[in-house]
Amino acid sequence: MGLLKPLRGDTGGQVMLGVLLLVAIVVPVLNLAVPDGNPLHVSTYTVTLLGKYLTYALLAVAVDLVWGYLGILSLGHGAFFALGGYAMGMYLMRQIGDRGVYGDPILPDFMVFLNWPELPWFWQGFDQFWYASLMVVLVPGVLAFVFGWLAFRSRVTGVYLSIITQALTYALMLAFFRNEMGFGGNNGLTDFKDILGFSLQSDATRIGLFLASALALALAYLACRWIVGSRLGRVAVAIRDAEARTRFIGYRVDRVKVAIWTFSAVLAGIAGALYVPQVGIINPGEFSPLNSIELVIWVAVGGRATLYGAVIGAIVVNYGKSYFSGAFPEAWLFALGGLFVFVTLFLPQGIAGLFRQLRRRRNGAAAAGVTA
Amino acid sequence: MSAGGDKGVRDLLQRGRAFDFSGQQQAWLQFKESMRRDRTFDFMVNVKDLKLDVSHGPILYIEDLNVSFDGFKAINNLNFYVDAGELRCVIGANGAGKTTMMDIITGKTRPDSGSVFFGQQIDLLKLSEPEIAEIGIGRKFQKPTVFEHHSVFENLELAMAGDKRVFRTLFAKLNGPQRDRIDEVLGIIGLREHAHRDAGSLSHGQKQWLEIGMLLMQDPLLLLVDEPVAGMTHQEMDRTAELLLSLQGKHSVVVVEHDMDFVRSIANRVTVLHQGSVLAEGSMEQVQNDPRVVEVYLGE
Repeated sequence: MGLLKPLRGDTGGQVMLGVLLLVAIVVPVLNLAVPDGNPLHVSTYTVTLLGKYLTYALLAVAVDLVWGYLGILSLGHGAFFALGGYAMGMYLMRQIGDRGVYGDPILPDFMVFLNWPELPWFWQGFDQFWYASLMVVLVPGVLAFVFGWLAFRSRVTGVYLSIITQALTYALMLAFFRNEMGFGGNNGLTDFKDILGFSLQSDATRIGLFLASALALALAYLACRWIVGSRLGRVAVAIRDAEARTRFIGYRVDRVKVAIWTFSAVLAGIAGALYVPQVGIINPGEFSPLNSIELVIWVAVGGRATLYGAVIGAIVVNYGKSYFSGAFPEAWLFALGGLFVFVTLFLPQGIAGLFRQLRRRRNGAAAAGVTA
Repeated sequence: MSAGGDKGVRDLLQRGRAFDFSGQQQAWLQFKESMRRDRTFDFMVNVKDLKLDVSHGPILYIEDLNVSFDGFKAINNLNFYVDAGELRCVIGANGAGKTTMMDIITGKTRPDSGSVFFGQQIDLLKLSEPEIAEIGIGRKFQKPTVFEHHSVFENLELAMAGDKRVFRTLFAKLNGPQRDRIDEVLGIIGLREHAHRDAGSLSHGQKQWLEIGMLLMQDPLLLLVDEPVAGMTHQEMDRTAELLLSLQGKHSVVVVEHDMDFVRSIANRVTVLHQGSVLAEGSMEQVQNDPRVVEVYLGE
């Protein structure tokens, strides 16, 4: 039960994790046990879609940790997500083996196409799942650490920091677009066959990935909640509200920022690694600055500095996106823009803030009832 | 003629040689210097190992300090000393350099020239803000700055002296004595019944008190208190005076204040700053009767 201790007093988080648990049980059952024709059947397509939303939710939690609690508006978290995704994609590429179009047992198709004689050094080791998993955590983590160390030590804050995070992801996008980088250029990495020996096309693997995403989200949520509830979390909020003051009472603000920022980037990397096998492709488009801005909108819509709000926001906005881009493909961006304006004007604390307000009103009414 | 010429050539050669080798010599000297075992180097010093030495009396030495902002000399050849255990008041008109002086002591602003020492050995100009806080200099700001989204209790908890490194902070738990200390300070600053209220919802005077409480939690050796009674009622002012006086002896306190009645009620020694340097120093009566002070400040 020690694991659930951080949830004490966090009603929103309890409800969110409860719903997550329910979905994690019901969806696989409805997919596997209920026959195809039944109206209750959940298609494998839906399972994968839900799994994708869960990885987005994990990414949003990572952003909320640094934005909501530390006051760093990152417009480049998509970069860490994409790097985690690429690390997983490289593993999946190596798993294809000789089943590629050119049938080379070692080299991925795009390298054969580019006439590369051998595997570049940075592709070595990615045939091992443990090594790829390590890189999923390490690559975004090290990049975030170095970036954070330089930026926070020089006391770059506010809008300037947001702009350089944006520049970071843009620079990575341009780099990954180049064929010479060795990551498949424009097309990225795709045509994956299996993961850990299980075919990516099978329903069971899809459900496994869906459950892994749900588990990762739950654990990351608990970890973030634990950090936020610790004294370090209170120092983080202190930095958000009065950075100079925090420095004068003796906290090394730059180190606190680097630590939490790096942890957040690692979470984003894990989200990316779970995302790639479910959608079946990773390309430089994931580094696009627009993606990073969109995910800040998820958090804003859900409610900043609540963590569970980020989960709600990510799922609501992405469900809306799936719906709108199917029903009215041209209108999606207008809907997104409109949503952001609406939330800023009418729900400054997001959906989570709305819940809180409703609860307070109900409690107020109950109290009034008692006195009457 | 030829002898003289030879001498000239020899001179040139020697000079040339000396010139040639001077770079290497310097490097060698630097190297030798770095091998000395009786010296500790700045980059090797851990803040925790720094020892405060007040054996000569003063806890704070400010000497020949200069700082200017865009040509405006905010601090002009300032010399200022504070004795250990002393309660000192600093007065001066707006722009006299009071806040700038505090900024320099706490590491927020770097001076153009001069020296600032804490005790005889600790060079404050080489330390960062958190390091200065760690060695025992606490500051209350002119505009009360408390953490608005934290409760009063949490504000005090965060300010509490202790290991403030990242991982220690992540696993930190309050123990009994620490809780008692927070409770004690809550009592001193009269906010016990508000302990679990958000600091942002306190009145201006209460925020001032909370900030003083945060200073107490830090348990600093030197307290820099910028305008502690701004926005306070007379009663609150009296209590603040009492509190500051009770700190005297155990802590050294520097109070910057505009309110002359308040200064009169607490000060033993007063320093008057004017245009970035010390105009007069002494007891309140001495200072008040100083014709220069009367002219620039009190006589207004």
